[in-house]
Amino acid sequence: MSYRSSVEIYTEWDIVAARQLGRNEAKKTGFGTVDQARITTAISELARNIYLYAGKGKIEIERISENGAFGIKIIASDEGPGISDLRKVMEDGYSTSGGLGAGMPGVKRLMDEFKVVSEPGVGTTITAKKWLH
Amino acid sequence: MNKLMVDSINQNMDEIIECWIAQMKEEKGERFFHFMPEHLVEKTSREFAELMTSNIMETTAIDSDKLNDFTEKIVRFGWSIKFVNKAIDNFSFVVFGLLEKKGIMNDSNLRQFVETITRWISPLRESIIDAYSAEWERTVSLQKIALQELSASLIPVFDKISVMPLVGTIDTERAKLIMENLLEGVVSQRAEVVLLDITGVPVVDTMVAHHIIQAADAVRLVGAKCMLVGIRPEIAQTIVALGINLHDFTTKSTLQKGMQAALAMTNREIVEVDGE
Repeated sequence: MSYRSSVEIYTEWDIVAARQLGRNEAKKTGFGTVDQARITTAISELARNIYLYAGKGKIEIERISENGAFGIKIIASDEGPGISDLRKVMEDGYSTSGGLGAGMPGVKRLMDEFKVVSEPGVGTTITAKKWLH
Repeated sequence: MNKLMVDSINQNMDEIIECWIAQMKEEKGERFFHFMPEHLVEKTSREFAELMTSNIMETTAIDSDKLNDFTEKIVRFGWSIKFVNKAIDNFSFVVFGLLEKKGIMNDSNLRQFVETITRWISPLRESIIDAYSAEWERTVSLQKIALQELSASLIPVFDKISVMPLVGTIDTERAKLIMENLLEGVVSQRAEVVLLDITGVPVVDTMVAHHIIQAADAVRLVGAKCMLVGIRPEIAQTIVALGINLHDFTTKSTLQKGMQAALAMTNREIVEVDGE
């Protein structure tokens, strides 16, 4: 039985709540400070994307285990406009909001597994995992 | 009939309060009635009962001073709004019970009483919840102001060197404040080197980095240099993983090292002098 908790993202402060939850869960899973910072930062990026582009959505955090390995799974889902060009979004330096454009490729580098499912007009679900080595 | 009800309630106030306290004590997750000293519970309950009965005569309005006083108190005691609502519910249940017991209310006039009591309790509930949320909003806005006062002041440390310690989460609003204070401070303090200390920033994501880069660019435009200090090892690693480019920056791990570098940039150093 996996354990999952979630934070709804409506305001900028919900981003703080989401990453606080992530940090606590990462700590409980047994991640060290560096990986805690990685996970927290990844959540921060994903939550901010929801806030900026979709307006509202949800961050779910789950402690997982697979073949004796333990880890943490982040699911960021929204029913926003979706991503029209996935390849571009994953390029460094591409941003539609005047930001640094490092968020999505950054999250991919921060985490071990990263998957985006997005349909324009329907929404986006991003799943990212980090394993305890 | 209303008069009969009012008289009965007023005469049996002690019993009502006692009954009500007993009911409130049974509420789940309730701490107030168990951990507060007895006399305080008694006093608060009496105030609550007084407030509840203040508009019982149709001619008298709710005393707004009393209302505000009371809500301010319960917010401070940490009553939740759910609990306040429950308190009002329980109070009307107790009153119902009493009227039934005294034989004032019976099957034939039940409908009338329900209406009278609803007319009495409903506006009261509205006012109490209204006052409660106003009190709560006031608390939040005060805290917001307090938080703003905490954030981002530029401190002149040496001639031409200033430090801005950043503590806590940086959101859009604070980022704006940081930028303003930074630029104003650089100009008024005639700083040549500014050290931005991020030791107290829990997460540096792309947005925070973006704001820092923008602030540094702006500082450069007003003729000073910006140095980023207080980069913890885990933050350094996440910045690298995110692929954030800080090549244009001088960065140091601690404020102390940053200060030495800043002194060197302004052609000075700290030397030990021999004791005489």
